[in-house]
Amino acid sequence: MELDELYREVILDHNQNPRRHGRLTDPSASQGLYNPTCGDRITVDVQVRDEKVADAAFDGHGCSISTASASMLMDSIVGQPLDEARRTARGFIDFITGRREEPPPGEWDSLAGVRRFASRVKCATLAHNALLQALDELQADPAHPESPPKDD
Amino acid sequence: MATKTIREQYPVLSRQVNGHRLVYLDSAATALKPQSVIDAERAYYEHYTANVHRSVHTLGEEATGAYEAARGRVRSFLNAGADDEIVFTHGATEGLNLVAHGYGGTHLQPGDEIVMTPAEHHSNLVPWQQVAARTGARLRFVELGADGTVSLDAVRAVLSPRTRVVSMFHSSNVLGTVNPIADIAREAHRVGAVMVVDGAQSVPHMPVDVAALDADFLAFSAHKLGGPTGVGALYGKRALLAETAPLYFGGEMIEQVEREHSTFKAPPERFEGGTPHIAGVIGLGAALTFLSEVGMERIYQHDRELAALAYDRLAQVDGIEIYGPDHDRQSLVAFNVKGVHPHDVAQVLDARGIAVRAGHHCCQPLMSWLDVGSTVRASFYLYNEPDDIEALVEGLQHTVRFFHGA
Repeated sequence: MELDELYREVILDHNQNPRRHGRLTDPSASQGLYNPTCGDRITVDVQVRDEKVADAAFDGHGCSISTASASMLMDSIVGQPLDEARRTARGFIDFITGRREEPPPGEWDSLAGVRRFASRVKCATLAHNALLQALDELQADPAHPESPPKDD
Repeated sequence: MATKTIREQYPVLSRQVNGHRLVYLDSAATALKPQSVIDAERAYYEHYTANVHRSVHTLGEEATGAYEAARGRVRSFLNAGADDEIVFTHGATEGLNLVAHGYGGTHLQPGDEIVMTPAEHHSNLVPWQQVAARTGARLRFVELGADGTVSLDAVRAVLSPRTRVVSMFHSSNVLGTVNPIADIAREAHRVGAVMVVDGAQSVPHMPVDVAALDADFLAFSAHKLGGPTGVGALYGKRALLAETAPLYFGGEMIEQVEREHSTFKAPPERFEGGTPHIAGVIGLGAALTFLSEVGMERIYQHDRELAALAYDRLAQVDGIEIYGPDHDRQSLVAFNVKGVHPHDVAQVLDARGIAVRAGHHCCQPLMSWLDVGSTVRASFYLYNEPDDIEALVEGLQHTVRFFHGA
């Protein structure tokens, strides 16, 4: 396959200028995840208000695929109700791992090239898995929405 | 044998990858297999499939003969004293685990010290962590020099009367350095410690003489020298193997079994419980024969020349940072391209048929020491040629243009 099928303009742009990159000062939930195949680490912070994602950010160092994918995810979930944010993350994971054919709406089809590279699927879904775990933590512990960030 | 003749022995090299000739620069992960190794494995399956050491029939005799002949070949390749000092394993990982658990686990006492470096492959670190936790022994780490090299003085600085084990890589799979094992072994023996050598990256690339090194144990894998995956060997001095407990218990390693207890065979059979990877062992023997025919001294020089050339050429490319010393490199170069993640570098190179490794190379503590998450690594073997390095340099220049624009 041609390289630009994998590295679409949108991806290169998100990689060069990642949106919502950094840490939130007072996240409701936070989850760090580690990609053991490449040693990359990502941390996703979410700020939740009224069952909606009020703010989100990701931090850490990753390849262009993981950076672009995290950047797109942060952009798309801000403002979404929590269950919709979950659907966004799950829908993309299902698309990339081949469990569904249609990409979720938005820019996600730009990452379709990743489907052909099993070794890159983990990169593309790292932020999504971190987000889902962060939201699960929050749901499991709703009395303490300001639980301290985890970094493991 | 000229490199061209050598290359003809490796069928995979005739392959096209993404429309380009294959430029295989990942031999430190696993080496390509020469035809003679493939033929040797196939012959066992096609002509004399049988179990070893137990079948009294023609095929069984032939299989046992070939299996034990491979043991003899490993012995002579490493210049070990006797065949029974060679244990077949599933690779360097098992060999090091056997030493850590079978010897370390039965000899270490609380407060004893195990000396290693922060540049060990996980397979020479994690087993010792486990054994240390179980026995109360402590891990001590030799301070690396500024360029990642291990000096004898730095080793001396951590040795103590409590040191029982010194376990170290012979050649680094990231830095390309070679440790002065003979000198380190002398220091280890002076304080009464055993010298364990991770030979995974040295045995394929240089003449390794366990007698000259005075190594007590040395482990390596077949697949990194062109043999099959899932097989390797551990050298151990006879007296030490005699004091080593087996990891696996069951068929073939026993002497006499009663209902309540059993006695075990002498080494090496004691450590080869169950039906071994017979075809793999025979393939390992064939790989060693092939390397010996080319000549290990020649392979050593060839790989060093390529590593030196690669260092010089990569150092000329803007934005490339190379890890490890600028001289005396063996067979590989680990580096990063500024502003481009190693995975992306590897992906762009792959589109041009160039196979490199991107990752932490099973050396996470060394990655921390280098202050990087991961690196790209190009590694060389007897079938590589200067053209491969030129392809790599062009590929990297293209990578920089692709991600940064030109």
